[in-house]
Amino acid sequence: MLDWFNAHPHLVDSLIESVKAIVVLLVTVVVAAWMIWLERRLLGLWQDRYGPNRVGPFGLGQVIADMIKIFFKEDWIPPFVDKLTFIVAPAIAMGLMLLMFALVPVTPTWGVAHINVGLLVFLALAGLEVYAVMLGGWASNSKYSLLGGLRVTAQTVSYEVFMGISLMGIVMLAGSFDLRHIVEYQAANGWNIIPQFFGFCAFVTAAIAVVHRTPFDLPEAESELAAGFHTEYSGMKFGMFFVGEYVGIVLVSAITTVLFFGGWSGPGVESHAWLAFPWFAFKCLCFMSGFILLRASLPRPRYDQMMAAGWKVCLPLSLINLLGTAAVVVAGAHGA
Amino acid sequence: MPGYLPPEKRSPLQQLGDILWGVYTQLRTIVMIFSHTFRKRDVIPYPEVKPYMPPRYRGRIVLTRDPDGDERCVACNLCAVACPVGCISLQKTERPEDGRWYPEWFRINFSRCIFCGLCEEACPTTAIQLTPDYELAEYKRQSLVYEKEDLLISGTGKYPDYNFYRVAGMSIEGKPKGAAEKESAPVDIKSLLP
Ligand code: SF4
Ligand code: SF4
Repeated sequence: MLDWFNAHPHLVDSLIESVKAIVVLLVTVVVAAWMIWLERRLLGLWQDRYGPNRVGPFGLGQVIADMIKIFFKEDWIPPFVDKLTFIVAPAIAMGLMLLMFALVPVTPTWGVAHINVGLLVFLALAGLEVYAVMLGGWASNSKYSLLGGLRVTAQTVSYEVFMGISLMGIVMLAGSFDLRHIVEYQAANGWNIIPQFFGFCAFVTAAIAVVHRTPFDLPEAESELAAGFHTEYSGMKFGMFFVGEYVGIVLVSAITTVLFFGGWSGPGVESHAWLAFPWFAFKCLCFMSGFILLRASLPRPRYDQMMAAGWKVCLPLSLINLLGTAAVVVAGAHGA
Repeated sequence: MPGYLPPEKRSPLQQLGDILWGVYTQLRTIVMIFSHTFRKRDVIPYPEVKPYMPPRYRGRIVLTRDPDGDERCVACNLCAVACPVGCISLQKTERPEDGRWYPEWFRINFSRCIFCGLCEEACPTTAIQLTPDYELAEYKRQSLVYEKEDLLISGTGKYPDYNFYRVAGMSIEGKPKGAAEKESAPVDIKSLLP
């Protein structure tokens, strides 16, 4: 057995890498599931109540209870829907989110995929994300779902453009689309949040819109569209949309950490390599809590207000940021 | 609003100001919500910590006894009449030894009761009283129908000294007409003497 392993070092390497990849993605899903608990507890805290605190210590078992419940629910497909699309949509929602997470460099040694245009792939996949919601809304064949699906398309055209542009400043600074390279650049030159503050503002706005979180949860707006695009969904398919949303939050937190807050870098990481993951996890947790805080405090804007904010505020902001960064980079190149 | 202009008619500078103001108000909201982290919670974890219920809270209904330990209820049916949902029913009977009236059976259907307290208001003997106990949940609806054994308590409830038969004119064995507290002897209408 050992001889065989020694004879095939590449195979062993790829085996280890696959195991690592599975571990990372599993941890992501589990974290996303527990985030439902975190969100409910934090919302409770900020609304001066407790939130789920009965099942297990601190109510941590609530997620397991919810999962058991959702597995035992009838997975019903309404007779009037377009079956294939209806089934595929939640899989796309969850699958794409996990696919995007594959790009995240967790620590210097961990991470699923190392692609030298990682940022571009992320933007591309974020663009595809809209299909899950759109197809789900359209296949459901109900007016609320369709409106939710329509809204998500409109929302996408408003944020997609400035999301890409807001990140280009970072690409200029780091000189690479490679997420690992961007983290290493920040470890050497300080976090991007300081030189790229406006880019950060625009990106966070877009990130919330990507994962359809309050305040930009127009596609699911409970108060006006029932549940928006997933009105007709039930059981595990609804669960996949639901967990997909939370994977999305973990994802955008991780991406924000990587792009603007130095990823795994932090005090003490050079001397103690094991500190890389705690730093990364801590930063992600801060952002996850931040997104929950946003949900707790901000009301949902009107449909046109959201678009106006995207096109009239965030787009100019990210363009100015882009031009400013370009000027600084060019000046620096000439000065050197 | 006087002098209000719709956004598209405002000058670019004003619009910029609007945006900044909007950003400021949103940030202010976020900070305010975050400050709730350190605020005392408005709720109590109920089964472990019980809320304080004032003594006059209108909860589970009881039938009380007078200071001598006899049932107060005289089966006058006033509570049953007053009850807006008609959830009280009882049957009058008499005690053979002294002729005191009392309910043979007394039944309150708590699945209908709205805890309005009108029965307590109507009762001339302070027999029926509402208590601060609110934990009445049951698995079976039938268990919410309380019989007299379930309702009758051994104490006097909210009125420790009141004894209907001692103040009322009703005559029973051992207490003829005129023997009640502050009651004058009955007038003999057949006599001419003052
Ligand atoms: S509290 Fe009101 S509803 Fe309940 S028994 Fe008395 S009168 Fe009827
Ligand atoms: S409880 Fe009071 S009102 Fe009701 S029958 Fe008895 S004495 Fe009358």
